[in-house]
Amino acid sequence: MKKLMLTNQAIAQGAYEAGVKVLSAYPGTPSTEIAENAAKYPELYAEWAPNEKVALEVAFGSCVAGVRSMACMKHVGLNVAADPLFTGAYTGVNAGLVIVVADDPGMHSSQNEQDSRFYARSAHVPMLEPSDSQEAKEFVKLGYELSEKYDTPVLLRTTTRIAHSQSVVSCEDRVELENKAYVKDMRKYAMMPANARPRHVVVENRENALKSDLKTLNGVNKVEILGKELGVVCSGAVYQYVKEVLPNASVFKVGMVYPLDIEAIREFSKNVDELLVVEELEPFFENQLKANGITCHGKDLFSLQGEITAETIKEKLFKTAMPVPASAPVRPPVMCAGCPHRGVFYVLNKLKCIVTGDIGCYTLGASAPLSAVDTVLCMGASIGMAHGFSLANPEYAKKTVAVIGDSTFLHSGITGLINCVYNKDTNTVMILDNSTTGMTGHQEHPATGKTLKGEDTVSVDLVELCKACGVKRVSVVDSYYIGEVERVIKEELNAPEVSVIIARKPCELLKKGAKPVAEIDNCKGCKACMKLGCPALVAGADGKVSIDSTLCVGCMLCAKVCKFNSIKLVK
Amino acid sequence: MNILIVGVGGQGTLLSSRVLGKYASLTGKECKLSEVHGMAQRGGSVVTHVRMADKVYAPIITMGEVDVLIAFEELEALRWKHYLKEDGHLVVNSQKIFPMPVIMGLEKYPEDVEEQCKSVKNCHFVNAVKLAEEVGSAKATNIVMLGAVCALCNMDKEIFAQSVTACVPAKFLELNQKAFSAGYDSVK
Repeated sequence: MKKLMLTNQAIAQGAYEAGVKVLSAYPGTPSTEIAENAAKYPELYAEWAPNEKVALEVAFGSCVAGVRSMACMKHVGLNVAADPLFTGAYTGVNAGLVIVVADDPGMHSSQNEQDSRFYARSAHVPMLEPSDSQEAKEFVKLGYELSEKYDTPVLLRTTTRIAHSQSVVSCEDRVELENKAYVKDMRKYAMMPANARPRHVVVENRENALKSDLKTLNGVNKVEILGKELGVVCSGAVYQYVKEVLPNASVFKVGMVYPLDIEAIREFSKNVDELLVVEELEPFFENQLKANGITCHGKDLFSLQGEITAETIKEKLFKTAMPVPASAPVRPPVMCAGCPHRGVFYVLNKLKCIVTGDIGCYTLGASAPLSAVDTVLCMGASIGMAHGFSLANPEYAKKTVAVIGDSTFLHSGITGLINCVYNKDTNTVMILDNSTTGMTGHQEHPATGKTLKGEDTVSVDLVELCKACGVKRVSVVDSYYIGEVERVIKEELNAPEVSVIIARKPCELLKKGAKPVAEIDNCKGCKACMKLGCPALVAGADGKVSIDSTLCVGCMLCAKVCKFNSIKLVK
Repeated sequence: MNILIVGVGGQGTLLSSRVLGKYASLTGKECKLSEVHGMAQRGGSVVTHVRMADKVYAPIITMGEVDVLIAFEELEALRWKHYLKEDGHLVVNSQKIFPMPVIMGLEKYPEDVEEQCKSVKNCHFVNAVKLAEEVGSAKATNIVMLGAVCALCNMDKEIFAQSVTACVPAKFLELNQKAFSAGYDSVK
């Protein structure tokens, strides 16, 4: 059966067809929909783990125990999971293991644009990269074959343009596999120096075996000999742009990104006058080719930054002038109307706090006019950085607030909090608990009481968790009551020990049904409400503010900051 | 055929692209769609690419090669209109949503959006929100727009209607069918 499928959905379909029984993941754009789609197959167990490291450890456990397993994450998630990845490359697998990593060149929804291909190279793990949904599904299945044949985890890399594009996929039946027997083998699975040293030898031998088998892996890399003047080496989305812009060029389409079939590319280069490597981000192929004495162009023409598109190739190769866009004010993402985070950042900005921020919807607290966030580094960093501020200058502890979401706190904030308590900090941590993983599209997490499969489960109690970490001052406030939020923040900043404030209110987008709307009567034009940065509040040419009734959800935050009581709720 | 759907995060552009994907498969064409998820969905400028042809490579459309630009918001029409082909269609929902820099008074929402858009040869404004409200709910604005696109671009009305039926939830089917017809009739 043929179906139009998002590549992330096709990866889930590939896992299903390959007989995968366990999938573990943490949400992260552009990888989230893999686990969400996998959860729809009754034969496939899929779960949200609290972070990518745990997800990969789970997948390692189940593959060693004998079932095909998958872990999925975004590029920065692989940093978190790098620890099990590197040593898992030594232990190898029992049943197959595929790790999906989704890169985000252009940073559509990420804090950096690192190139995950280097993980494959430094961990000595094979990596496949598909160019559309169908190939993604095929590469998942190939990944399991390679994983079991070479006794290694296999990485499958996508980028945003592949992960979030749809194309036609032919669906096939699932292969039901018998669980492989688990046999205790400490020399293979218990990595300590005496066991790990011989395993490192195995890693090298395995990689050499795979390299010499590359030419037998039909169809992983594809060679299309067309014109003689130009030969292009490319992979992933770039392959599609190259076919579009350079229909007459010969192409070496890399499907196995690592190990790179350098000898095949050397052969390919002999058919063409000039060899060009077109790759997004780092010169990963180019440097390997040059190190092996193959002359080529690449980053002398193309940038290390951002995406490469058909336009980029046209501009660089043909100096084609692209149409000029009309001038238009930018439209940056904003917190939704009714977002419970808004009031908290309004208060933090008003109090002129130093705010160490974190990754999630509340990163938008850094945008004007709230402009409340000082730093955003990585998942969980808010709390560690706040401690660093206190250490650098004890005065900072009296005005620094670490702000972190509920899902992010469970991901990697807890250890930072324990560190603050253990090392006698006096700073203040705010957990913005909107009862979901918001930015990635409302996924469950360990404190929501639901699993990825939609089943009821235990819900982690954040108050008790913080207390168990040794925090004596834990308070809970309603995010909409900004007067109370302000009072509590002031009090806790002055407290001589670590405090946690949990600002709680479910994400506005989770509420269904008709919502009330606010209305402004007799606006004096003081614009106090405009400091909230609510998209439903619009200042007219006369300086008076009105409310866009199609966007307003009646949270009444604006009424709380209005000095003239001009804002009322209407039904 | 290359169709670019642009709007503001939360306006329902994803459903429209799914309907067009269905239309492509029902007409026997190869189709690729490219969507935006994550941070940009939070009220930012969003764009979805839909390509259908006998053979499609790139999931996104090259600048200057768009046949139909469906803009759910006027400023977004302005932002993306340079993607259109010389004789491409620009179909705009008559709705203004102010971006944060305008709300804050740092920038002005251009007063001549309509004029600038009309410099495109085939430009059509559709009062889609009003038409959707008339048939029952502003939520069907996206389907009104598709009805208008179907008529303006001489696409197969019957297959298009089938595609809508296949993509919308059963309980909103009647609303969306009415919305599709309202959009179609508004430009015929």
